[in-house]
Amino acid sequence: MGADTMTHKGSPSGGGAMVMMALWGLLAILAITMGAKAVDTPFAIHMFIFALAAILALIFKARSFGKPAEDTSGYMDNVVRYGAIATVFWGVVGFLVGLVIALQLAYPAWNPDLEWFNFGRLRPLHTSAVVFAFGGNALLCTSFYVVQRTNRTRLALGNLAWFVFWGYQLFIVLAATGYLLGVTEGREYAEPEWYVDLWLTIVWVAYFLVFFGTLLQRKESHIYVANWFYLAFIVTIAMLHIVNNLSIPVSFFGSKSYSLFSGVQDALTQWWYGHNAVGFFLTAGFLGMMYYFIPKRANRPVYSYRLSIVHFWSLIFLYIWAGPHHLHYTALPDWAQTLGMVFSVMLWMPSWGGMINGLMTLSGAWDKLRTDPVLRMMVISVAFYGMSTFEGPMMSIKSVNSLSHYTDWTIGHVHSGALGWVGMISMACMYHLIPRLWGRKEVYSLRLVSWHVWLATLGIVVYASAMWVSGIMQGLMWREYDANGFLAYSFVETVAAMHPYYVIRAFGGGLFLVGALIMVYNIYRTIRGAQPVTQPVGMVSAAA
Amino acid sequence: MKHETLEKNATLLLIFSLLVVTIGGLVQIVPLFLLQNTIEKVDGMRPYSPLELAGRNVYVREGCYLCHSQMIRPFRDEVERYGHYSLAAESQFDHPFQWGSKRTGPDLARVGAKYSDEWHRQHLSDPRNVVPESIMPGYAFLASKPVDPKGFGANLTAMNLTVNNGKGDMYSQEDIDNAEADIVAQATGENTDGLMKRYPKAIARNFDGDPQVTEMDALIAYLQVLGTLVDFSTFKADMSR
Repeated sequence: MGADTMTHKGSPSGGGAMVMMALWGLLAILAITMGAKAVDTPFAIHMFIFALAAILALIFKARSFGKPAEDTSGYMDNVVRYGAIATVFWGVVGFLVGLVIALQLAYPAWNPDLEWFNFGRLRPLHTSAVVFAFGGNALLCTSFYVVQRTNRTRLALGNLAWFVFWGYQLFIVLAATGYLLGVTEGREYAEPEWYVDLWLTIVWVAYFLVFFGTLLQRKESHIYVANWFYLAFIVTIAMLHIVNNLSIPVSFFGSKSYSLFSGVQDALTQWWYGHNAVGFFLTAGFLGMMYYFIPKRANRPVYSYRLSIVHFWSLIFLYIWAGPHHLHYTALPDWAQTLGMVFSVMLWMPSWGGMINGLMTLSGAWDKLRTDPVLRMMVISVAFYGMSTFEGPMMSIKSVNSLSHYTDWTIGHVHSGALGWVGMISMACMYHLIPRLWGRKEVYSLRLVSWHVWLATLGIVVYASAMWVSGIMQGLMWREYDANGFLAYSFVETVAAMHPYYVIRAFGGGLFLVGALIMVYNIYRTIRGAQPVTQPVGMVSAAA
Repeated sequence: MKHETLEKNATLLLIFSLLVVTIGGLVQIVPLFLLQNTIEKVDGMRPYSPLELAGRNVYVREGCYLCHSQMIRPFRDEVERYGHYSLAAESQFDHPFQWGSKRTGPDLARVGAKYSDEWHRQHLSDPRNVVPESIMPGYAFLASKPVDPKGFGANLTAMNLTVNNGKGDMYSQEDIDNAEADIVAQATGENTDGLMKRYPKAIARNFDGDPQVTEMDALIAYLQVLGTLVDFSTFKADMSR
């Protein structure tokens, strides 16, 4: 295993490059042909973007002729560096769009009543930018970083990792522009249309091949726990993505498709996907980060090896059952709702097992929280993970859900998970990674990191509290009766009552965004003037 | 088997992980296609007419589902506010389902026939003109976007390729051939005999007052049919469901 890794080339041979160029050229011609025959404008625009991307890839390949072969002796970190920048960039975009739609809810005049920028089209842009663009790039870049270090080998399959990175950015651009143009399948967190889904499938298979190939050529006999989580995340997302996006296009030259399933079956398939987009995209992959970066940062071993085994298998087994809790008291048959509730409650245990394993890794190093704001950010993120994985099972209990469902409580819950857990662990990892990738000892200013930590924490607390109050209040108002046995409030009265909380929520989100902008400055100063360093394979340096 | 075996063999780790994550979905989703009582037997449900389907596509495109549910839960307050709780049968032709997960605005599962066309037109064009406290965006632009009936039959053909719970095609060849004529008939209220035969209880009239068929017509036609089809006088709940 791994004997051939020393000889593989980073730059393909002349023949290989010619084949690649021909492929990109063919793809460009195909896209232009399809764009020319398009039955709707958004599809034509998307095919044009496709063609442009293929031509750029072709030009890039052509320019590599005659250049000396890339040095492939060290870790393949350039793609990780690009991924880190992309993570920060898309994070700010996602938070900004989130703030805009929060303001649209507080002050409807923020809707320009132009079709491209109304709430209904910007909201998927926000969720996808944060989940798939920000979170996705964080996962790509940290998984590529971690899998090389923990297996002491360079990424497998040469430049395929670059295809994964740029192919994924193309997916983001197609999805995002599609939302503004009204291209959507109308299913939450799976909005992109059939041809964008196909593209993502290709990219995802390539991602799997790079990651799994790297595991196969490893120099360590054991596969480290972080990689179990990354692997489960990659494989499960592939399964969910393919099944949930099965749909019939109206035309192969148009953007519109109809989902293969309808009504109740479609609903459960969608929430089997939707909840496990949370469970595997936003949890398993980020637990991979936790299992690598917290021990690194604290300079302590993972608290319990046994717990990490139990954590892993129970988490991935139980999560997949939890989807029906999004459909309590709906037309989904009761047996499925009950199964979903029971498994969601059980899920509390592995989730907290993981939290304990992450937090207790700091045993003997708790004092570092005082001096290291990056570690503080990691610990706060794991604390938010614990908080929202308690709140989630509680909300999945049917009687609680009867109040919380359809209200802002759900939105608050999602954000304590997404901003608190996913956002904070990702940004903490960037603070740890970026100086090391650019040959700096530490980030430009730890003081600014500290500002970021507290602004973000305050922002999330303000956000979540506002949503608790507004959600529970609206749920109670909907079901309140007056003394004569009539409903006490018209619907729109409950909407008007939300206004102050929507303003407070926007303020909380604003604090979080300001924290992220401080991060952008801090990282810019860290990178400016620095020279990327290539780390040799197999040698685990003290800094890495 | 020791866990160490899995830690030392990437392929085994992959296969085991895949097995473990597959079980839940199989147990929960597959029976929904097999159990006969998943979709209740009701009178009156029919696939959407071409104009209603075009309106539904606008509803999906604009992301209405992000603020409006179409799923009334069996609670006293919801039934009194919105009407009979929603049945699985009522969304059996919904590709995709639009049950929603958030009620920033009210549930729309039974909004059909509750308001006049003119109310909908004004409300969609400028929500706060009709409901001052509303925070809904305006959709005046729908009135200037024409619906092109030409080639709409391809939508019905595509719908026929989806899974229809073992009930065969949703739309007959006749339905597909007449899709263009049916759109015009429903949006003008003229020559509606064929339309009414193919889509019983369809509401046919000029919804937005504009002589041409617009997306405003289509969306209002869709909203006006929501929740109006099932005959609840013959519906009996299945307690074992």
